[in-house]
Amino acid sequence: MTTSLSNVPDSAGRFGEFGRRFVPETLMHALEELTSEYEKAKQDPTFQAELDDLLKHYVGRPNPLYFAERLTQHCGGGKIYLKREDLNHTGAHKINNTIGQALLTMRMGKKRVIAETGAGQHGVASAVACARFGLDCVVYMGEEDIRRQKLNVFNMKMMGAEVRAVTSGSRTLRDAVNEAMRDWMSSVETTHYIIGSVIGPHPFPMMVRDFQSVIGKETRAQCLEQTGRLPDQVIACVGGGSNSAGMFYPFIDDESVKLIGVEAGGRGPEPGQHASTLSYGAKGVLHGSFGYVLQDDDGQTLDVHSISAGLDYPGVGPEHSYWKDSGRVNYTAITDDEALEGFQTMAKLEGIIPAIESSHAVAHALKVARDTGPEEIIVICLSGRGDKDVNEVARLLDRDI
Amino acid sequence: MAFMPFITAGDPDLDTTVAVLKELAHRGVDLIEVGFPYSDPIADGPVIQESYTRALNNGFHVHDLFEALKTLSADPSITLPPLVGMVSYAIIFRYGSDKFLNEAKAAGFSGLIVPDLPGDEAQELAEKTKAVKLDLVQLVSPLTPENRTKRIVQVASGFIYCISVAGTTGVRDELPPELTAHLESLRSLTDLPLAVGFGISNPNHVNTLRGKADGFIIGSAIVKQFAAFSDPAQNRDAVLKAIGDYAGEMAAATKG
Repeated sequence: MTTSLSNVPDSAGRFGEFGRRFVPETLMHALEELTSEYEKAKQDPTFQAELDDLLKHYVGRPNPLYFAERLTQHCGGGKIYLKREDLNHTGAHKINNTIGQALLTMRMGKKRVIAETGAGQHGVASAVACARFGLDCVVYMGEEDIRRQKLNVFNMKMMGAEVRAVTSGSRTLRDAVNEAMRDWMSSVETTHYIIGSVIGPHPFPMMVRDFQSVIGKETRAQCLEQTGRLPDQVIACVGGGSNSAGMFYPFIDDESVKLIGVEAGGRGPEPGQHASTLSYGAKGVLHGSFGYVLQDDDGQTLDVHSISAGLDYPGVGPEHSYWKDSGRVNYTAITDDEALEGFQTMAKLEGIIPAIESSHAVAHALKVARDTGPEEIIVICLSGRGDKDVNEVARLLDRDI
Repeated sequence: MAFMPFITAGDPDLDTTVAVLKELAHRGVDLIEVGFPYSDPIADGPVIQESYTRALNNGFHVHDLFEALKTLSADPSITLPPLVGMVSYAIIFRYGSDKFLNEAKAAGFSGLIVPDLPGDEAQELAEKTKAVKLDLVQLVSPLTPENRTKRIVQVASGFIYCISVAGTTGVRDELPPELTAHLESLRSLTDLPLAVGFGISNPNHVNTLRGKADGFIIGSAIVKQFAAFSDPAQNRDAVLKAIGDYAGEMAAATKG
């Protein structure tokens, strides 16, 4: 018997050996309830209709699959297309998930939402969803990320969210997840935790993937419509892995489509200098699930570095771990400098300023496109826009704004 | 009622850990929980997090702890109460569960509490701990429904760790009023001893539990005193004595 790679997870949240639930007992019952409520919502046509309506009229979907003509000419290889998640309301893919989970929050009768954020995109998307539905919202954000992403912090506050600075550990995304989990331990009866990526205990990796799969479903249909066939390569950046999981999942059973996940290579392969979990990590447990983790021989999580606050994470979704081991998706890394180069090239050639996260996927496409034939089709998931990054990029390029 | 203090291993170093264990042993505590510092302890409040961070910054390694405890257990001049390790599954898995369990046994541990390995995922480790004659203590929370509790007590050994309140570790003024009913319902589901933890810090709390629980755990109220070990203005022996005096007071309260 052959099982499809897309037929995961099982009822215990297993993607092969990955995933599952490694959390304190205090959260277990809530996770069971969430799983069963989500299954019911998925089968409920009213829930789906409401979600579809919001994605269309509030988020602005479907967004275009755009042929990047000048970028294609510049590389001199296959045709490069951009999936324009940067054109969503809030300027990133994160809102696909927060709208879905906010609807679920209300379905469960909960009035308060907590979220973690790195670059601030998921924090903003959570604040937006909560403002839209009148839910209380608390966003945990590392002190270091608050410094790097002032614009997003201001936006969250404007929309009524409370931003709580996390001062423990490395003061980045990983510590923000820890702090949100601790909040949830004491508030789980009244509060829903909107995890922003395909990480955490079951059902989060499955649920976030499902909500983000709208990216890949649209891309697949648009590519067929515009070109008459499926793409040859699909490229997306991977931090926790939500835009890439949503982009890849609808293509998993299309064997002809090469899927490439691009991690943050940072300053180089030495421990602490990058966030390339799938390239350099080992199997282990972090934030409630089993998957690849950057950790030392004692299981202590390592510090990570990336130019991008959204990819600066020492774990990765269990389904990505599963795809890596099955060989279905290839994972590679792009350095800070290469990402900066991709950022600038996209701006100059296409008039699109990409998020520094998405610039990692762009940079990889720039590397490989010239080796492809002119008939090949390459899709880049442009997961977000780069307005939030211009201060940091200007600083790194030694320019004034 | 048994008094089970919790201490962090390696805060600020293993010599101090050994000194604290000896001090607690002299004060007549019934069992000592030894916390393995972990980088991402999501069940812990700020006091234990900060203690773990101090230990890790000072170079704590699991193997060094096992070696130090092996030496201490072999010292004929000291009789230690049973030691139970509080350790994240992230550490056990990465260290290698067989290697971890064998070394823990050789170091003198009699059981383990793995706070991020709920009953549903504990089957495999429970078989391995049984094979090396270590107890695998299971936790039950006030939010655990009865059908889950029934499954959890099946894989538990040693005692049941009853979490007093939904939340993280840390001192609280009062224990929740629902705790009594929760303990009564647990009592009807298992013959294992019931030990209550999270939030307990003073003799009044202990009096509340008398006749309802078989033991109690005090963590943050002890570990918060460990910060003084890293303060150059403080005398180590005085800090040790303060911890010992507090443990002695709590041990006396159990005799009531």
